[in-house]
Amino acid sequence: MTRFGRRRRQSEGAGPSGDGDAVRRVSHRRRAFRTFLRHRLALLGTLMLLSFVVCAVFADHIAPHDPLELNLLSPFQKPGSPGHLLGTDNFGRDILSRLIYGSRISLTVGLVVVGIAAVLGTTLGLLSGYFGGVIDILVMRLVEIFAAFPFLILAVAVMAVLGPSIYNVMLVLGLVNWPIYARLVRSRVLTLRETPFVEAARAVGCSNARIMFVHILPNCTSSLTVTAAMSIAGAILATAALGFLGLGVQPPTPEWGMMLNEGKDFLRRAPQMITYPGVAIMLIVLSLNFIGDGLRDALDPHLRG
Amino acid sequence: MLTYLVRRILIAIPVLLGITFITFALLHLTPGDPVRIMLATEQVTPEVAERLTEFYSLDKPWYVQYAKYLGNLLRGNLGVSITSRSDIASSIAQRLPNTILLAFSSMLLALVIAIPAGIVSATHRNSLLDYTSLTAAMIGVSMPSFWLGLLLLLQFGLAWKILPIWGVGRLSNGLWDFISHLILPSLTMGVGLAALLTRLTRASMLEVLTQDYVRTARAKGLRERLVLYRHALRNAMIPVITAAGLQLGYLLGGAVIVESIFSWPGLGRLTIQAIQKRDLPVIQVSTLIFAVCFVIVTLLVDVLYTFIDPRIRYD
Repeated sequence: MTRFGRRRRQSEGAGPSGDGDAVRRVSHRRRAFRTFLRHRLALLGTLMLLSFVVCAVFADHIAPHDPLELNLLSPFQKPGSPGHLLGTDNFGRDILSRLIYGSRISLTVGLVVVGIAAVLGTTLGLLSGYFGGVIDILVMRLVEIFAAFPFLILAVAVMAVLGPSIYNVMLVLGLVNWPIYARLVRSRVLTLRETPFVEAARAVGCSNARIMFVHILPNCTSSLTVTAAMSIAGAILATAALGFLGLGVQPPTPEWGMMLNEGKDFLRRAPQMITYPGVAIMLIVLSLNFIGDGLRDALDPHLRG
Repeated sequence: MLTYLVRRILIAIPVLLGITFITFALLHLTPGDPVRIMLATEQVTPEVAERLTEFYSLDKPWYVQYAKYLGNLLRGNLGVSITSRSDIASSIAQRLPNTILLAFSSMLLALVIAIPAGIVSATHRNSLLDYTSLTAAMIGVSMPSFWLGLLLLLQFGLAWKILPIWGVGRLSNGLWDFISHLILPSLTMGVGLAALLTRLTRASMLEVLTQDYVRTARAKGLRERLVLYRHALRNAMIPVITAAGLQLGYLLGGAVIVESIFSWPGLGRLTIQAIQKRDLPVIQVSTLIFAVCFVIVTLLVDVLYTFIDPRIRYD
């Protein structure tokens, strides 16, 4: 029974005539991969992201100093001073080491946020699109209500009430982000629901849950992957924004947005305190955007904007 | 048209109700007694606490509280700030125009940059110019606005000292005073949007240029300038204007950050100040106002859309 679902999915990227003969089916994934590789910026983005991942995983071995180690005798060291490639901050902490450890926070929060939002949004979108009726109306109203808040405003307000902490950041951003996924999945389900393979699955007596999760969901993965890549970038930016406002991860944890927040009081004295964390945020977001563009071209060409 | 308008407004009502419910629930997310938390930083007499409990009906079940909250909102009674003891409605009325001014000037700036850049990019596809503007747009989209704001403030305000970095200008001090105060905050908010709209203008122009009516225009021997600006651009602008309108709502959200960098006396700064003082009623109301503005903007864009693109008919 799964064969129907899978056949449809694999033939999908093969274009409008994708009836999925054997040769095409085998080559679809490989072709998507090749398209991605041909996308030079996407490759560059992957390399950049990989270096952030390496920093995050091996931070203990790469970072020249302990990110929390205070050295009150040598604050505001200029970049390039001995032992401190990017200088030190107001407490004499090594900025490079703090940036390296900061990639852990950003990547973790980004992944968890997208995980929460995608699971929640996908489930609600599936239910809404598949069953229609009252469920659909309720879910879509909920989507509209959540979408009516400027994203950051709602996050800021809830963080203010719940109190700042890294777990609340993940929870709040995840709960605020789900509507995109719900909308996306619902619109895919509405088309897929009417396709012959779903009808066939129903005819042989598959349960609703089985049709939704085994037959329909795999056909949404392309669009979901593209959206997820883009929204990890958004989540990382939002985490940094909350940190910058003092509502996110709390000191002394090295988080990029919070480093900017600390640096803004020493703009003239130590511009390195704001320059480098900003560059780090920009590079990681840039790399995810490049990857997202590449994935879109490879997996989901009709999304091309 | 009228039926569409009425229907569109009717659809907005449940959304507005939902928004009020979420902002209402916000106050109750706080673990423990909201009044005690609100007053944690303040020395107050028991009677003030009692008045607050009375105002929010905290001793009643939640649906009574919600009904009272809605009733107060409908009567324009937005409550009183705990820290400044002033009427919230009047402090919002004072600050909202500043935020709207900032949002519009950022939007204007973004459009002034994005439309020419997008057109040049599309007409010189795959040239060096195109790649430069695409790269700039990609960087612009990825740059956090709070970082850009700090860099601009450092360079133009502190190092070169050529632009003011604090507060809002007054027209009574001359036009330059007014405009110069707007420049840095608008740039901070507008650059990301400009980048987004550049990409969109380019894509939209490229698509329109492949249309039959453009080919016809060229075939009948029109000058390229005329083809571009009279035939292509007008149609290419439709998605750009729509996106710009919707982004206006998101600009409101960005106000929280930009206003706190440049001490801009708007709604965003009010929110952040309220958060720092844990002034829950102000947080609640300003969140609500942001969302209501957002709904109104979206509604206006939807309606405007039917005027811009006569092919779209909702009724």
